[in-house]
Amino acid sequence: MSEMTTKTTKKESKRPDGRKPEEMRKMTAKVGVIPNADGSAMFAFGDTVAIAAVYGPRQLHPQHLQDPAKGILRCVYDLLSFSVYDRKRPGPSRRSNEISKVTQWSLSPAVDLVAFPNTVVDVQIYILQADAGTRTAGINAASMALAHAGIPMKDLICSVAVGKNDKTLIVDLTKEEEDFESGEGATDFAIAKLANHDEFSLLQFDGKIQPELVKEAMELGVKACKEIYEVQKKALKEIVEDSKSGARKK
Amino acid sequence: MSSMEISNLTKEKLKNMIAEGKRFDSRGLLDLRDVEISYGVSKKAEGSARVKIGKTEVVVGVKLQTGEPYPDSPDKGNLMASGDLLPLASPRFESGPPGFNAIELPRLIDRAIRASGMIDFSKLVIKKGELVWTVIIDIYPINDDGNLIDAASMGAVAALKQTVFPETDKDGKINYEKRTSKKLPLSKEISPISFSFFKLGDSIILDPTREEEEACDARITFGISKWNGQYMLNSCQKKGEAPLTQEDVAKMMDIIPKKFEELIKKLETFIS
Repeated sequence: MSEMTTKTTKKESKRPDGRKPEEMRKMTAKVGVIPNADGSAMFAFGDTVAIAAVYGPRQLHPQHLQDPAKGILRCVYDLLSFSVYDRKRPGPSRRSNEISKVTQWSLSPAVDLVAFPNTVVDVQIYILQADAGTRTAGINAASMALAHAGIPMKDLICSVAVGKNDKTLIVDLTKEEEDFESGEGATDFAIAKLANHDEFSLLQFDGKIQPELVKEAMELGVKACKEIYEVQKKALKEIVEDSKSGARKK
Repeated sequence: MSSMEISNLTKEKLKNMIAEGKRFDSRGLLDLRDVEISYGVSKKAEGSARVKIGKTEVVVGVKLQTGEPYPDSPDKGNLMASGDLLPLASPRFESGPPGFNAIELPRLIDRAIRASGMIDFSKLVIKKGELVWTVIIDIYPINDDGNLIDAASMGAVAALKQTVFPETDKDGKINYEKRTSKKLPLSKEISPISFSFFKLGDSIILDPTREEEEACDARITFGISKWNGQYMLNSCQKKGEAPLTQEDVAKMMDIIPKKFEELIKKLETFIS
């Protein structure tokens, strides 16, 4: 019996798409995808694709929402109706409202809006194609879009889902892994942190996970965030290079 | 800043230039911007397309669902077009309940497609009077630089032509994760395209940028297709307070065949 269990655990450490437990999906990132916006970016974990646009700082209406001490950050997250197999009814839902809010909390520690009293910075995040990890992909895109918009930031925000399938800790879960049911089932643990600080701005999970594994999971998350940070930096540098060479041509 | 409305000064300048037959981006009054169509916006959609006209970008997805037919058409499938002007796409779009433009856009696409006969709804019946397919077209602008309706119509046609049915079991339950190779029952000949003419002063222009669109006094949108070798107008809607003259409309009717052929030729490189 025990032999069999070890065998299955070993087998299960191979993930459905063949990745190693700590291996992330292929990441792609592009900055400047929405010309109208003051800042914009696309970020993808495999088949999960998020786009984000930043508008502002701009006048905030109605006036009673204004803060005379600093600008405020306002986030909207939602799925496009055809980003999932079962069509999502357009318009905000309880789920998307909650994610909008946690996204705002995830991003705000990095953003400094003291120089822009009475204004708002609007962050719009939409998921074009969903395969789990949409909020984390959205946060990564939004972080790049804020930087692209020239909003004062003390750091970039990196976000990833770590989690657990039965007893194995894994990084960057797919939908299939999120729906995993046998043994201890699936835990989906979304984290966001300031790239160069030991400061976590998003910690959210449900499932079954032992206290000692939470520590280990966060370690894995920190490692993954380092990789994400490199991808974000590269995409941001690319847009700067592009605009430089564009200016030269002119 | 990007969120500024067009000024009276710009409007006046545009009006004068257009009266001389010139535009800010050096196009002729009836010249279309470059069109680019790509696919695979979402693997989760049964069909999807991305259209770029200049800086305007729109994504369109098609989802298929089963449901009861409408009581007045038990032997026909359904079509539904919806969409949203996300604040993502423009500093002018605001969140909240949809405004007139957000309601009008999918309605115009719906009508152009429905009236053209592009989709054979009688072939979307699974069980007469009980179960039929509903084709849902969802339209989202990603970047608005004018002429959204025409861009959305191209996107809708492109996405419909790509659409394949998901697998269903005996009871009609859909497995979206498995796709068949069966395409929608579409006419080979009919591709309804929307053409929006804009009037500024006494001039008529096509494919305006956002700036030009805002300066214009009136818009008229036609849904056009080819049916039995002839050009057919399938829908029409005028917007704005400025009236159009008989001569204006006559001029448009002369322009339509030429521009339709030009656009179809452009689209053929992207739409199979």
